[in-house]
Amino acid sequence: MATEAVARKRSAGHRLADLFHGRPRLQVGALLAGPIGWLVIGYLGSLAVLLIAAFWTVDPLSGEIVRGLSIENFETLFNEPVYRDIIGRTVRIAAQVTLTDAVLAFPIAFYMAKLASRRGKAILIVAVLLPLWSSYLVKVYSWRTMLSTDGVLNWALAPFGLHGPGFGDTAVWLVMSYLWLPYMILPIYAGLERIPDSLISASEDLGASPFTTFRRVILPLVFPAVVAGSIFTFSLTLGDYITPRLVSNDQFIGNVVFNNIVNNLPFASALALVPIVVMIAYLLVARKLGAFEHI
Amino acid sequence: MRLSRRSALLLRLAVGVGLAFIYIPLIVIAIYAFNASNILKWPPPGLTLDWFPKAIENELARDAFLTSLKAGAAATAIALLLGTLASLAVARHRFFGRETISFLVILPIALPGIVTGVAISNTFTQVLGVDLGLFTVIVGHATFCIVVVYNNVVARLRRVSTSFEEASADLGAHTWQTFRFVTFPSLRTALVAGGLLAFALSFDEIIVTTFTIGAGEETLPIWIFRNLFRPNQLPIVNVVAVLVVLISIVPVYLAHRLTREEGGAATGRGGAVEAEATAVP
Repeated sequence: MATEAVARKRSAGHRLADLFHGRPRLQVGALLAGPIGWLVIGYLGSLAVLLIAAFWTVDPLSGEIVRGLSIENFETLFNEPVYRDIIGRTVRIAAQVTLTDAVLAFPIAFYMAKLASRRGKAILIVAVLLPLWSSYLVKVYSWRTMLSTDGVLNWALAPFGLHGPGFGDTAVWLVMSYLWLPYMILPIYAGLERIPDSLISASEDLGASPFTTFRRVILPLVFPAVVAGSIFTFSLTLGDYITPRLVSNDQFIGNVVFNNIVNNLPFASALALVPIVVMIAYLLVARKLGAFEHI
Repeated sequence: MRLSRRSALLLRLAVGVGLAFIYIPLIVIAIYAFNASNILKWPPPGLTLDWFPKAIENELARDAFLTSLKAGAAATAIALLLGTLASLAVARHRFFGRETISFLVILPIALPGIVTGVAISNTFTQVLGVDLGLFTVIVGHATFCIVVVYNNVVARLRRVSTSFEEASADLGAHTWQTFRFVTFPSLRTALVAGGLLAFALSFDEIIVTTFTIGAGEETLPIWIFRNLFRPNQLPIVNVVAVLVVLISIVPVYLAHRLTREEGGAATGRGGAVEAEATAVP
């Protein structure tokens, strides 16, 4: 009986296999049904809900959500100076972090791509890759201890008569630059790897100084990769609310979204659209600059 | 490239400073885990192992650890299934809208975490009427983990020639047999690497989690976050923090080893470029 069941099962499998045989469209459909269902209906669907919820309001008396079509949330966002400041501060820090990371990442990426030995390169890749992937919260927490009054930073600077920045915008800028640095190193490294050494040699043979070679040959070729890295540094800064919560008392977009999620979900939704709009604009510019080939 | 000795030295110095910048915070927290005092003051007055048993005995931290394991395992399983299906479709078939699939898969991780978090929590509570809990966390994590599996499997499928699959079909194997005996064995390490990275990503995640988790539950990062503001808990937090670093670094390192021939794990975030870089001769 058991063998009979196996035989029947196998034949069912065979029959299904026969059904798919020579029908590529059916195969694609079967492969994509799950992923598309999840990502389009599930994920894009919830982004659509987010967009719709931004037009809802909260009844001030009952606290109930009114599912209407009101632009009240957007008026608040644009007219209240508090929120304008918060959006401005978040975007400004995102830009600062991006610039800082580009400057810090370049020498490391350049060394990895053009000067390190094979083995040195392999070690450096792992050294940059591991922290990119792990322990986001632990790293922010560690900076919180380092920046505190009794922390490492003040201890290390005290002999020079200096002290650390303490908590605030500078701390957020520093910690975020730290957090997203590997996201900038890897694309720049990949971009530099693509530049043939012969191009650099040619520039040198023609009498260019290292600085001229950098400015006229390397930089224009690697710029799209820098923009690719900046997509991550910019986007991650816009959406982070844990870092400001731990090393600053100032509000960022993420903090306001989080604080409103329970009591004023429509307003939180409207504010969450701001990073989306900023990122879409950023991505459009990045595509123009040729960054998409480097992601 | 020819650099003067001075510029080569300066460059080396910059790399050293950069790496120190990357690793010092991790080292500082590792030292604090052995802090003999329960106050976080640098330098620590002495070192002790006392906090390790206390942290391991902490019931709430243990529960949170188990919740993280459950969420990570379930999210990884979903991501493995959906990521593999999508990558098979994209790497082995031609169809309208094929290029949009990679964009769609990367979107949940390219958009800021708060966006994904608010969107998913909104949909569950307002539209579907589902209470937030472990289930909603799993859905959120699975959504941004798909890309990791997808990138790894696509990178592998592009390296493995389709002629093996064609030969298998020519020799009379049906669709399942070809998958079972030809395609799957060549994907195995890519799947393990993708799964490990997906797990690490889920285990470490906090932003989407804060928006999708129920009132009574906590994952390990949420437990850490809630206890950061309680000074008497900090010695235990430091120990848990070190354990979290180890638990999330090991899978990433293993995944990198497994996919070295493709230039390391294709990660979907910055790491994806690495696979690209080595693909270009």
